[in-house]
Amino acid sequence: MGGKTLLEEVLTLATKRQYRKKDAWRDIKGYLVLGLCLTGIILTLVSLAALLFDAFRQGLPWLDIQFLTSFASRRPEQAGILVALFGSIWVVGLTALISFPLGVGAALYLEEYATQNRLTSFIQLNISNLAGVPSIVYGILGLGLFVEALALGRSILAGALTLSLLILPVIIIVSREAIRSVPSVDREGAYALGATRWQVTREIVLPQALPGMLTGTILALSRAIGEAAPMIAIAALVYIPFTPTGPLDRFTVMPIQIFNWVNQPQSEFRGLAAAGILVLLAMLLGMNSVAIFIRNRYQKRGR
Amino acid sequence: MENVKIDIQDLNVWFGSKHVIKDVNMKIKPNAVTAVMGPSGCGKTTLIRSINRINELIRGSRTTGEIYIDKESVYSKDTDIFELRRRVGMVFQKPNPFPKSIYENVAFGPKLHKMASGEELDFIVEKSLKGAALWDEVKDRLKENAFSLSGGQQQRLCIARALAVEPDVILMDEPCSALDPAATAKIETLIRELGKSYTVIIVTHNLQQAARISDFTAFMYVGQLVEYGLTKRVFEKPESELVEEYITGKFG
Repeated sequence: MGGKTLLEEVLTLATKRQYRKKDAWRDIKGYLVLGLCLTGIILTLVSLAALLFDAFRQGLPWLDIQFLTSFASRRPEQAGILVALFGSIWVVGLTALISFPLGVGAALYLEEYATQNRLTSFIQLNISNLAGVPSIVYGILGLGLFVEALALGRSILAGALTLSLLILPVIIIVSREAIRSVPSVDREGAYALGATRWQVTREIVLPQALPGMLTGTILALSRAIGEAAPMIAIAALVYIPFTPTGPLDRFTVMPIQIFNWVNQPQSEFRGLAAAGILVLLAMLLGMNSVAIFIRNRYQKRGR
Repeated sequence: MENVKIDIQDLNVWFGSKHVIKDVNMKIKPNAVTAVMGPSGCGKTTLIRSINRINELIRGSRTTGEIYIDKESVYSKDTDIFELRRRVGMVFQKPNPFPKSIYENVAFGPKLHKMASGEELDFIVEKSLKGAALWDEVKDRLKENAFSLSGGQQQRLCIARALAVEPDVILMDEPCSALDPAATAKIETLIRELGKSYTVIIVTHNLQQAARISDFTAFMYVGQLVEYGLTKRVFEKPESELVEEYITGKFG
């Protein structure tokens, strides 16, 4: 940057203008806010870039086919992320299957069917509250409810159910937004043709709200895939020597594996952790691009 | 009275604590165009929306009184509300085609009521689009999205959509208010045509429009039916001073 600080830049810009005092002050305020916003963005981007750079620098040398296809190992050069990768895919897939229909169903009920009364506004308020509960709390709940009380053990199913609880509030909230954005004239038009409530929901509301619901769900899932705390509570920090074959198998997920490697004393494991982070990031990016793809594809059909 | 299609008796409608329709009694003739006029907020839209009971979708609405269509009660407990809405079609203020293809828009109603499928459905779609004077303009592009049509075409598509479930009453809520004069003229011609075989009730702000297209005119003011009769009579010799003032442009 050439000599001048951002603030000086802003001040000279503001004083250059030959306005009355009052206007000049308004301009300065405007530039100050702009400056603050820019600083925020730059700080965020710089730290993100530093993080990525560090992950790539450390992880890239370790990222190869061998890493993707090997089990965890005590020897860094033989260790891989295969089991955790499969575990994550299993858990997130199952979570999607469980949470999407439940969340969409709850949202449809609240928006299209429920009458406005104290009970429903109580439910709505608490869904928003649940979205703010720390994820470890869900982990403990899942441990007590699914692993022990329902005797599912430390299985993929127990993990998926726990993550479903974790992201359900988010899915319900975004689905309700999507439902609310369906124009009410469309509903009225269908009712006026003699449609039942279910027909209106199925033929008019769902098709228009689905892209928004899917996008929101994928974004929620990409949060779930990075969760370490509740997964450690469910899956525990143990060595799993096989890839899962069914929902009742024991498992581990990528964040646990990464956490595990970071805790190892040898420095080579730091590289493995970074490589694991890169795989996790790639999955996240993939999921988010699917979400963006869905959104863009359906936005074109706007009115 | 001789020939009555819709008989509205002591109709009252509230939205919350707001009394929107007050003791309206009105007998509507079959196969004619009846215009409902009045200043904004006088309850004319609510009046026609109580005929197909679509007011009920609004939270906090309450209706008393009775409406009979062909002597059948609209508000009795065992009225089949879905069949009622099939028989009483509705066209809204702003064209509201569904975000589907032109064909699917018209086929929507018949599919809901399982009236037809396959070639029979194609036939209904064609007949309805012809009935709405739209067929020639869209017959080669039935698969296109309805939003690719112009505003006037969209409104005629909505009319075709209503016709497809074979109603005998058609309610229209200011159907031309969002359209330009050329599109309005087309719809007006269409409404005249529809008036020959359907009972059409149209809400309008536009005096000239009411005079041009309606056989009967009703005038509403703050929820009450102030005047109702043959359009010619209402416009030439209004009984109520209010209507005279409205027609001569002193208020409204």
